[in-house]
Amino acid sequence: MPTDSIQYKYKPSNLAESEPNKFKEENLRSEEMIINLGPQHPSTHGVLRLEVLMDGEIIKDVVPHVGYLHRCFEKHAENLPYNQVIPFVDRMDYVAAMNSEHVYAMGVERMLGIADQIPKRVEYIRVLMAELNRIASHFIAIGTYGMDIGAFTPFFWVMRDREHILRLLEWASGARLLYNYIWIGGLFYDLPVGFEDRCSEFIKYIKPKLSELEKLLIENDIFIKRTANVGVLPLNLAINYGVTGPMLRASGLRFDLRKVDGYSVYPELEFTIPIGEGRKGTVGDCWDRTWVRMQEIHESVKIIEQCLVALQGEHKRTKEFNPQAMVPKKIRPQAQDFYIRGESPKGELGFFFRADGKTDVPFRCKGRSCCFSNLSVLPEISRGVLVADLIAIIGSIDMVMGEVDR
Amino acid sequence: MGLLDHKFENGGIIITKADDLLNWARLSSMWPMTFGIACCAIEFMSTGTSVYDMDRFGIAPFASPRQADVMIVAGTVTFKMADRIKRLYEQMPEPRYVISMGSCSNCGGPYWQHGYHVVKGVDRIVPVDIYVPGCPPRPEALIGGFLKLQEKIRNESLKAPKAIERLLENQKQHA
Amino acid sequence: MPDFSQLFDHVNRISPDATTDEKSSPKAILIPAQDLLKVCADLHQSPDTYFDMLSCLTGIDNGVQANTMDVVYNLYSIPFNTHLMLRVLLPRENPVVDSVTSIWRTADWHEREAFDFLGIKFTGHPDLRRILLPADWEGFPLRKDYHHQEYYRNIKVEY
Repeated sequence: MPTDSIQYKYKPSNLAESEPNKFKEENLRSEEMIINLGPQHPSTHGVLRLEVLMDGEIIKDVVPHVGYLHRCFEKHAENLPYNQVIPFVDRMDYVAAMNSEHVYAMGVERMLGIADQIPKRVEYIRVLMAELNRIASHFIAIGTYGMDIGAFTPFFWVMRDREHILRLLEWASGARLLYNYIWIGGLFYDLPVGFEDRCSEFIKYIKPKLSELEKLLIENDIFIKRTANVGVLPLNLAINYGVTGPMLRASGLRFDLRKVDGYSVYPELEFTIPIGEGRKGTVGDCWDRTWVRMQEIHESVKIIEQCLVALQGEHKRTKEFNPQAMVPKKIRPQAQDFYIRGESPKGELGFFFRADGKTDVPFRCKGRSCCFSNLSVLPEISRGVLVADLIAIIGSIDMVMGEVDR
Repeated sequence: MGLLDHKFENGGIIITKADDLLNWARLSSMWPMTFGIACCAIEFMSTGTSVYDMDRFGIAPFASPRQADVMIVAGTVTFKMADRIKRLYEQMPEPRYVISMGSCSNCGGPYWQHGYHVVKGVDRIVPVDIYVPGCPPRPEALIGGFLKLQEKIRNESLKAPKAIERLLENQKQHA
Repeated sequence: MPDFSQLFDHVNRISPDATTDEKSSPKAILIPAQDLLKVCADLHQSPDTYFDMLSCLTGIDNGVQANTMDVVYNLYSIPFNTHLMLRVLLPRENPVVDSVTSIWRTADWHEREAFDFLGIKFTGHPDLRRILLPADWEGFPLRKDYHHQEYYRNIKVEY
C-alpha cells in the first residue's frame, strides 16, 4: 500500500528555493514588475511557467521555466528493453502519439538492419495512422489557439471532428489517445475489416468541415487583427535556434523531413509542402503558422486518400498476413551511436541511441523533442509586445509540455 | 427536473430535509478547477465538449480556484509541481473535493519504477475523494467518477461537516 | 555535397588529433575537448560545409568503470543536406567543455539539460542552471551511480 497519509506540508520559502526567478526584486527599475504566468493557467497549454518582466503592459523580457512535467523518460529508457519503451515514447507527445512511435520504431529497425524487410502493407498502415494523428494534432493546435484568442466555437467543432479520428484509431489499436500500436518490426494488430471504408467516409465528411473552419477562424477579421504581424520569426534566427516544423515553414523555408529524408513510403506519395508567404502580414508571423498548419491538414487528407487506394488495391489484406511477422524476439543491435529523425506534427522529432551491443536495453536514449527547441525561441520574438500578443505567440508555437519536459 | 415537479402539487411548497436540499444544490453544480497537467487533460477537454458533454450534469470548468468546488488532478504530478497543487488546494474554499484522474495521479502510473521526479500518487500531497483509473481514462469513466462523487455528496450531513470530521479524527489519532 | 572523407580532412586541418568512428550513423568525428569551439565555428561559417543547424546535443555517462563522459553533437547542413556527428570525450570527475551557444543558440537549452542530468559544465554559457529539475534537487539523475534521495520536502520519492 503506497501511502495512507498526507506527507506534504507547505512552507512559504519552498518556492524561492526550488524555482527561483531569474530577475530579482532588487534589480528592478521603478516602472518594471515581475509577473508570473504560473504553471496553472488556462492558456499556457500545459504546465509552463513564464516569468514576465513588464513595463506597464509592454513586455521587456520573458523567461520560460519548464520541467513541471519531467517524467524521467530517459531514465526509463535506460532500464527497459527497446520494445518496452514504446508506451513511454507515446506519452512524450501525447496528442500525436503515432508519429512518435513511428520515428522510434524506424530508428531501432534501422539499427538492427531489418528496415528494408518490413512488408509494404505495414508501412502503408503506419503512414495512414501517422497522417490521421497529424490531422488530430493540428486540430488541437488550431482549436486551442482559437480558444486562447477568445473564439470558443472552433474549439467545439474541432473536438467533435477529432472524436471521429479517435474512434477510428480506437477501432484499430484499442486505445483512444496512447496507442502502443506501432511496434519494432511491425504492428500490434492488422487493420480491422471495414476500416478502409469507414476511413473513406470520414475523409468525405471532413472536407467541407475544413473549409467551414477556415472561413470561421482563419479568414476571420478579428483573428487576423490579433495574429498578423505579431511574433515575427526571421528565418536565420529560426534556423539558429533549431526551430523546425510548421514554425520553420511559416518563416519561408520549404523544408519537410518527409520530402528531404524520404523515409517509409513517403517517396511514393504525392503531396506538396505549404510555406508561409506573409499573406496577411509579414512572413513568419502567428497567422502564417496557423495557415501552414491548416494547409498541412489538407495535404494529410490527400496522403490518406492515396494510402487507402494502395491498401485496397496492391497491398490488400490477405489471410496469411501477420503484422508481427518481422517483430524480432531479441532486440540486440550492434554497438553504435545512431540518430534518427522524423517529421512529427510539431517539427523534427529525433532519437539518439547509443547501443552497447551486449544487452537489449539501450545504453542511452535521448529524445530530441521539437517543442523544446521551438519553445526556446519565445524570449526572442516576444520582446516589446503587449501581454495579449504574448498569449497569441504562445498559442502559435503549439507546444505540448509532455514533449518539452519528457 | 423530474422529481421536483411532482412535489409542486401542494401549491408551491416543497418539504425536504435541509441536508438533502444542501447536498442536492452542491452536487448539481460542481464547478471543477481546470488543472490539466498532461495527457489526461486532453481527455478532460474531450469530456467537456459536445460529444461527451459534461455540462448536462452542471459541471462547467472554471479557471480560478477561489470559485471552484472540485479540483481534478489530471496528469502526472511531479515534485516541481507539488507546491502548486498544495497551494491551489488551500486556496479553494470549503466544501471542496478532489478527483484524482488517471493512474499517474492515483499511484504514480507507468512511472512508478524509475521515475525519480514523479510523486507516486497525488494523495501524498492533498486528500483525495475519488480515484478514476485509466491511462487515460475514457470520458465515460470520468463522468462515472463524477457520478460517484455525487453519491458521496448525497450522503453527507450538515451535522458533521468534513473539516470538523477530520479534526475529530486527528484528535483521536493523537490522543 | 561534401562526403565524409572531405569533412574529415576539413576538420583535421583545424584539429590534428581528430579520429573517426565509421560505425555510427551519421558517421562521427572524435575531437579533443579543447578544439571544439574552433572546429564548430569553422564548420558553421565555412562555405564548403556550412552546418547551420545543430539538431541534437547529448551528454552520455559511460559508467564508473570507464570513467569518462561523452558529449555528442549532431550537426546538419540544410543547403548541402549532410549530417555529421561530433564527439568529445571528457573525464568523469570534472567534466568541463566549451559552450557552443555563441555559434548555435539551440545549444543554450540543450546544454542546460546536459548540466541538469549529468553535471557537465559548459564554460561561456550565459545562464547555466537546472532546467528540468527543481533548483534544489540533489544529484545528477542520469549518472550511472545515481540513487534518488529518500525524501524531497517530506514527500517520499520511492513508490
